[in-house]
Amino acid sequence: MIGVNRNGEVWVFAEQEDGALHDVALELCGRARQLADRLGVKVGAVLAGWNVRELAYRLIAHGADKVYLVEHRKLDHYQTQPYARVMCELIGRHQPQIVIYGATPLGRDLAPRIASEMKAGLTADCTALEVADVTDPKTKTVHRNLLLQIRPAFGGNIIATIVNYDRWPQMATVREGVMPLLDPDPRRQGEIVAEEVGLRDEDFPLRLIERHREPRKVNLKGARTIVAGGGGVGSKQNFQMIHELAGAVGGAVGASRAAVDGGFVGKEHQVGQTGTTVRPALYIACGISGAIQHRAGMEESAKIIAINWDREAPIFSVAHYGLVGDLNEVIPRMVKALKERQTGAADAAETADAGWSAD
Amino acid sequence: MPYDSIVCVKQVPDTANITGEAMKADGTVNRAALPTVFNPDDLHALEVALRVRDQYGGTVTVISMGPPKAGDVLRECLFRGADRVILLTDRRAAASDTLATSYILSCAVRKVGRYDFVFCGRQAIDGDTAQVGPQCAEKLGLPQVTYLEEVVELRDQTARLRRNVGNGWELVEVRLPVLVTVLDTAGLVRPAAARRVARFKRGRTPSELLIEVSRENPDARDEDKEREALRRAEGLRARGLVLDEWNLDDIGADLQWCGLSGSPTKVHRVQSIVLTKQGYTEIPATEAGVRQLIQELIVDHTLG
Repeated sequence: MIGVNRNGEVWVFAEQEDGALHDVALELCGRARQLADRLGVKVGAVLAGWNVRELAYRLIAHGADKVYLVEHRKLDHYQTQPYARVMCELIGRHQPQIVIYGATPLGRDLAPRIASEMKAGLTADCTALEVADVTDPKTKTVHRNLLLQIRPAFGGNIIATIVNYDRWPQMATVREGVMPLLDPDPRRQGEIVAEEVGLRDEDFPLRLIERHREPRKVNLKGARTIVAGGGGVGSKQNFQMIHELAGAVGGAVGASRAAVDGGFVGKEHQVGQTGTTVRPALYIACGISGAIQHRAGMEESAKIIAINWDREAPIFSVAHYGLVGDLNEVIPRMVKALKERQTGAADAAETADAGWSAD
Repeated sequence: MPYDSIVCVKQVPDTANITGEAMKADGTVNRAALPTVFNPDDLHALEVALRVRDQYGGTVTVISMGPPKAGDVLRECLFRGADRVILLTDRRAAASDTLATSYILSCAVRKVGRYDFVFCGRQAIDGDTAQVGPQCAEKLGLPQVTYLEEVVELRDQTARLRRNVGNGWELVEVRLPVLVTVLDTAGLVRPAAARRVARFKRGRTPSELLIEVSRENPDARDEDKEREALRRAEGLRARGLVLDEWNLDDIGADLQWCGLSGSPTKVHRVQSIVLTKQGYTEIPATEAGVRQLIQELIVDHTLG
């Protein structure tokens, strides 16, 4: 571990595969930028691989001040130990105060290996990161400007805020799609710092024999948010709106049987008794009347928003929030509001304290 | 050639079927009110180890760290075919985060001694962190292969393993010993064998025996309870029904790396989000209404 280093940078592990940056790396740059501004320090991104220098400019445009570039022919394909070796070396050298990774299969494989070697804390699958002063309830010591690592736990039934007082760096993996992807600023200036890390043969215990990549499939089961459309959407053309909202919220597209039977969308999207049963953190039902077969497949969702013109539609009986109105107007408003949430969770918290107004 | 495996399993609260009663007023979880289950991924880890043994020979040893009640999952392992089970239990291990847990487990794995594989489930459903496997691998100085779906081939001290990496799969080759984390898509899990259930259902760890004696004789003196528990253990031992039990001293763990002191992460705050829903909140379908809804969802972390 390293000690408390309040001048340390905020670091992002820049996940890439085959020379393409993972979106989550760019999302994390944006959030790291906000955290670093709050702490008055710089954002560093660690980019490891082979022939990946070009990617550094995108990281800078998305908020990095420095890109620590480690290029090595044998880092061409990811494997755990050499990548962990690189990160541990650089963390030891530069003593960042925060290091964040995407909670991707790769990030969740890599980050714990690093945490173990550094004997530092790590929080998995965060959905929000903030900075605040924290008082240790035992010693009453006030720890200034700690990273609040906020995550769902216990099967999504609780939200836990985790902190790490002094066994730094403070490290977390962050779910894909929960931090808004900020628009890049191509004029941003940054520095590329080439780093040497000595890698030995024993750092590469795995030999890749064969590799197969598949295009992304519909993943309703694993989606944290699902935007589903029903017969009320009206047409295949209009169903595009559901795809747009799902894109804006970073979720998967679901459908009722009526929408599938109407040919608006493929059967692999169907939610309900004859389709997939889902329990995401958020389910947005658009123009779905809510037949019992549909409700049985989604009513366990943690939060349900129903949008329907018919106040009497049964979908409202399982909803937590209901919007009675024309979805052709409501959905574009949601997309717009989602695109405006660029300041992130911490800033939103201050303005939303007033709660719902009485009107 | 035969291969020896160690499998790490966990007994977990059944978080998939949680209700409002399981939450305390302060928002924390009342674990006692929840039924416990064998962590699903760990069942698959056990299955993969059993298949390796069935095909190539060798042994399967299971370790579970937890309170004495975790004896339940260890008996489950015996019913399904494990050769040896070990309960790792110690009050001083309470409040361990993933780093401290992996340190303790790695000490126990070392004490078992010889092995070719350490198998763990990918993650446990109470925390969903997927950290303990990789951290154990680092502590043991082993290579790690995460997200295993199939042991494709074993030849001498080399394994070919297929792992699912989310957007596809990889076939990797690694020298043994290795630590492997297993996905619940790794094929069907065998049921308990009736013959083994009949044989092992009376298997108990020493601390389970002491709890049983205390329950039956709540007013007895402590030394009498302990004597009676030992007497029962002697009766079971002849039939091979005393399950191994280790504490932190037995595995030579350094206490500074265990429990609270060994855990860099601290829980600062916990909020319950089990909803007790009575009707829904109507949101005006206006621009302002929609914007406020989105903000509320951001504040309560439904949206990031």
